[in-house]
Amino acid sequence: MSILRMNINGKPVELDVPESRYLSAVLREDLGLTGTKIGCNEAECGICTVLVDGTPVNSCIYPAFRAQDASVETIDGLSTNGELHPLQQAFLEHGAVQCGFCTPGLIMTSKALLDEKAAASESVTAKDIKIALKDTYCRCTGYQSVIHAVLQASGQDIPPYIPETRSPGQVVGKARPNPDALAKITGEARFTDDYVFPGMLYARTLRAGIPHARIISIDTAAAHALPGVHAVLTHKDVPGRNLHGLVSFDWPVLCRDKVLYAGDAIAIVAADSEEIAARALELIRFEYEELPAVTSAIDAVGPGAPVLHEGRPDGNLLKHIKVNKGDVEAGFGAADLVVDRTYRTPTVEHMFLEPECAIAVPAAYNPAEFAGPLDPNAVRGETALHAKTTIYVGSQIPYLDRDQVAAALDVEPESIRIVATLMGGGFGGKEDVAGQIHVALLAQATGRPVKMLYSRQESLLFHPKRHATLIRIRTGATRDGKLTAVQATLYGDGGAYASLSEKVLTRATTHASGPYDVPHVKVDCFAAYTNNAPCGAFRGFGVSQSCFAVESNMDILAQQLKIDAIELRRINALDVGSVTCTGQLMKESVGLNECIEKVDLDMRGEDFRWSWEEGRSRFAWGVAIGYKNTGLGGGAPDKASAEVEVWLDEETEPLAEVRTSSAEMGQGLPAVLAACAAEELGLPAERVRVLLGDTDYCPDGGPTTASRQTFISGNAARLAARKLMQQLQSAGECSSTDLAELIAAARNSGTQMLARYEYWAPKTQPLGSGGDMHFAFGFCAQAALCEIDLDTGAVQVRKVIAAHDVGRAINPLTLEGQIEGGIVMCIGYALTEHYIQEQGIPWTNVMARYKMPGIKHTPEIVSHIVEHDTSTGPYGAKGVGELPSIPTSAAITNAICRATGVRVRSLPVDQDELLRAIRSGADEVQLGWGDREPIPAVNLGGTQ
Amino acid sequence: MIRNCWKHYHTPGSLDQAIELLNRYDGRAQVIGGGTDLLLEIQQGRKPPVEAMVDPSRIAGLGEISQDAGHIVIGCAVTHARIVRDQRIVQHGTCLVEACGVIGGPQVRNVATLAGNVAHALPAGDGTIGLLVLGGEIEISDADGSHWMPLADAFLGAGKSVIDHHRALLSRLRFKPTGQLEGSAFFRIMRPQGVALPMISMAACLRLDENSMIESARIAVAPAGPVPSLAEAAMEALVDKPATQEQFSKASEAALSNMSLRSSKYRASQEYREEMVRTHLPCILARAAERAATGYAEPQGVGQ
Repeated sequence: MSILRMNINGKPVELDVPESRYLSAVLREDLGLTGTKIGCNEAECGICTVLVDGTPVNSCIYPAFRAQDASVETIDGLSTNGELHPLQQAFLEHGAVQCGFCTPGLIMTSKALLDEKAAASESVTAKDIKIALKDTYCRCTGYQSVIHAVLQASGQDIPPYIPETRSPGQVVGKARPNPDALAKITGEARFTDDYVFPGMLYARTLRAGIPHARIISIDTAAAHALPGVHAVLTHKDVPGRNLHGLVSFDWPVLCRDKVLYAGDAIAIVAADSEEIAARALELIRFEYEELPAVTSAIDAVGPGAPVLHEGRPDGNLLKHIKVNKGDVEAGFGAADLVVDRTYRTPTVEHMFLEPECAIAVPAAYNPAEFAGPLDPNAVRGETALHAKTTIYVGSQIPYLDRDQVAAALDVEPESIRIVATLMGGGFGGKEDVAGQIHVALLAQATGRPVKMLYSRQESLLFHPKRHATLIRIRTGATRDGKLTAVQATLYGDGGAYASLSEKVLTRATTHASGPYDVPHVKVDCFAAYTNNAPCGAFRGFGVSQSCFAVESNMDILAQQLKIDAIELRRINALDVGSVTCTGQLMKESVGLNECIEKVDLDMRGEDFRWSWEEGRSRFAWGVAIGYKNTGLGGGAPDKASAEVEVWLDEETEPLAEVRTSSAEMGQGLPAVLAACAAEELGLPAERVRVLLGDTDYCPDGGPTTASRQTFISGNAARLAARKLMQQLQSAGECSSTDLAELIAAARNSGTQMLARYEYWAPKTQPLGSGGDMHFAFGFCAQAALCEIDLDTGAVQVRKVIAAHDVGRAINPLTLEGQIEGGIVMCIGYALTEHYIQEQGIPWTNVMARYKMPGIKHTPEIVSHIVEHDTSTGPYGAKGVGELPSIPTSAAITNAICRATGVRVRSLPVDQDELLRAIRSGADEVQLGWGDREPIPAVNLGGTQ
Repeated sequence: MIRNCWKHYHTPGSLDQAIELLNRYDGRAQVIGGGTDLLLEIQQGRKPPVEAMVDPSRIAGLGEISQDAGHIVIGCAVTHARIVRDQRIVQHGTCLVEACGVIGGPQVRNVATLAGNVAHALPAGDGTIGLLVLGGEIEISDADGSHWMPLADAFLGAGKSVIDHHRALLSRLRFKPTGQLEGSAFFRIMRPQGVALPMISMAACLRLDENSMIESARIAVAPAGPVPSLAEAAMEALVDKPATQEQFSKASEAALSNMSLRSSKYRASQEYREEMVRTHLPCILARAAERAATGYAEPQGVGQ
């Protein structure tokens, strides 16, 4: 240990710490300044940026003792005396804060730029910002709001970009920052890893490292014996169900018989420090017999493939999903032109910036026993008594976590409490159980709180990904552009465990003819188990994949029929009165044509050309349209409960709280729920608090997935508020709508000032029944202007014009955030992202090997909002979380094809392949970046 | 992933102290530059952890860029960010600014050093390639004293330089600033996907005579083998030739005929690399020639 002296945020500090420390650890652990977040520990993501003597550095790789006598600035000290720094104020106003995990890094990096420019009396340009923030990443916002916020903070007058929407009600329809954004910009917001419980132990997981094996033995004796180790657990130590899952329970908590993917959990350790836990892992002797790995969906369901889940009657076929409408043979017979292509989409990683973290606190935990402070008024947190086993975790499905933990521990669900902490991004990647059950087991075994934090590298290895697919699609149309038939066959790589594969690939299947009125459709989808990483929910949920294939074919069709690309979409677009490929009659809320119109009008502005050459670049527009269900659909019960409570504050002004267990992962749910309740209660939105995700206090809101939360929980909140008003009116015998009066009148009657409402979405029907599979769909059209460098093959997206039908915009500011973030996420899908696995071993084992879009990739995004109300959504709203992230990839490859004549059939676009195709005059590219083999042949209907 | 890469962290105040520390640890200590390559190597298991890091960033004199009679001298503690801002190097070592200016991102350039880039000895280290065509030299200091050697001779193999980091320090780097009728340029192609190394990079430094004939040329293309190297055939092809597009294309062909570019998995195909040399090396030569002729350089691509 040595003395480290620094000036931190204007205050001198002196610490006696090991010389082996990194600056980030000194800040977060020794000084308790948890505003600085850790995204990767690889100096890759930049969110840990702090200023050392005014210079931005990645604190995760900065040796602390290099900062001896230096001045360090962190987010924690940025606002002085409660006054926000202009950057913080601007980020808030521009909606540049979503999940908040990257926010400290973005703000500190920007601060250095502003300080530097101010000192040189130079003004700040967008180009300056893109250079300064090049290696500081954000996964939620799409960066456009960040650029505007930094420009504003530099003194320029840049109003927040808020798209035009219908005139607002009292609250609903007004742009408002997310209520928890304030804590996120000051660094006060706490994510799971920011909690430190007195007496807490640190846990690590031993992962298999090989894709397919029979387990022979697991010997933990040496690990047990290591001083500082408190528990080492294997499958033998799971008292209840050793399996978890979201549809089928097929995923072992701790492996017993087999290893089915490299990230499988073999054993878990809890120790006094993470270092000791890591050493303990090395002492575990794990013996296995390696088995041949199955690494593609087509091979998995073919003859001779080793069966992963032995004893399953269907072998590796998880499900054969079918859609049938009309008679495709007749349909193709009637076509003048048939386009038939096979496409390939990659395995993709969510790359939420906050790696998974879970803390379990055992029942009867008393912090005072570990010399920690005890606050008798605390209901949770480090100073609280914990009556029940409590898991602190950023999860998308708190109630399901509770059930799964309880099942593994063999206890009643009510004896477990889940406290959903802030989530630094989810995107579907935090639905499956990660560390929740493991920490619960360890807390029970040790009697201490246990924290399990995944490193970025472990997160990459462990969590479910987006399904890779092979999609052969055959599209037939008559000469006038009317679609007559679509037939598609899809193979989906579900990886080792079922997760949500069945649902994702059902979605891919039911959306596989696109948002079009097609009389004859036949789709066969084969969801397969393989020894690759399990695949599950990921924003877009199967439709990202099928939309790429559908919209690529549509552009080929347009080109061959010599029909304008937008006109072809217009001719066939779904409208009220259309019947989808699953037989659902669209009765209302189909704003697709208006979306197409808005994009067409904007794109064709003045001097429109589809494509042109400038210097050594070719520019071209590409269009694509898409749709996405709102809600679970397919007959699944889709409901949410919300509770609304009101009271008067010290100034006898009414306050309200909405409680539901839905998850906020940056999408802006609290603002939406507050608006829905506020509108009903006649309160300003600022007077409505929202409590999310505590299973002891919040009724079940259902999973945060399927773009459902605004619709379902928004309705639950709205109707709970309405019920409360009615309750208060009748209790106080007062017909006023003024809440303060109502509360005063009702108080004497002793009535409860709260109401709970369980909202059930309109019933849907299972696939194959011909009924309504979904109660609402969102629709969109996007046009992407791309620049292709003819000398390098590099592709840049310069502008995206988009129109989204959201039913009703509840909060245009957070809505725009979803749109921009979704579009940029899909740009990543098209151009930069691939989770590469080689024979079941991830090549992508560090963040440096996975690039999501950075600020330099941000195009100009112009957003139009279309509002075709649903009759059942809150104030007419339907979901939008996934919709914007769906068609952009096809819009981009359509632009590339228009510019170069080369059709890219595998994502992500590889400029090496593209350049060589352009030079050689080839008309297509089959290899995406990371692909080593051409696209396999797919037989229509599926028999290979 | 190993997080504890070192136990003791030393920031000696003099070169002698630094060398003394290295010798005291007798192989268990290592010199650290910015650490942005070295620490990842150790964390990811490609190099072993050490007992001590010796950080030269507080050694007086080694944190500066200075100019003496014949050279611009860059101390080993000078970061890429400082190099990029230095107006002397912008004008008289332009290719070095263009190279250092694209390494990593701003946070990395604020701590990473040119010395570290050279010491890492990768076949295509950007700063290294830039310094190479400037005829750079490095100073190695150890218990026996300090001596200068040509950068071109400093590499033994991929990732291996002549420097023994447990006993010696790369203390300074230097190059002769480009003078009248001399100009340089650097260019790099990076994938937007998860590959940290360039698809290909190239650099050139040309000196013209008063008749716009090429008096001398130094050219590098990387990666073109296990160590950073000059493209001798291309250089020879240009000497005593006019600085024209035709000659630049011929020189690029000569470069290609005399180097074996290979395919690297996920990074670039041989064919793409060859095509990029064919397309871009003439442009880089032209740019260097123009800077030589005009005596003025505006660095391109810095920070992008």
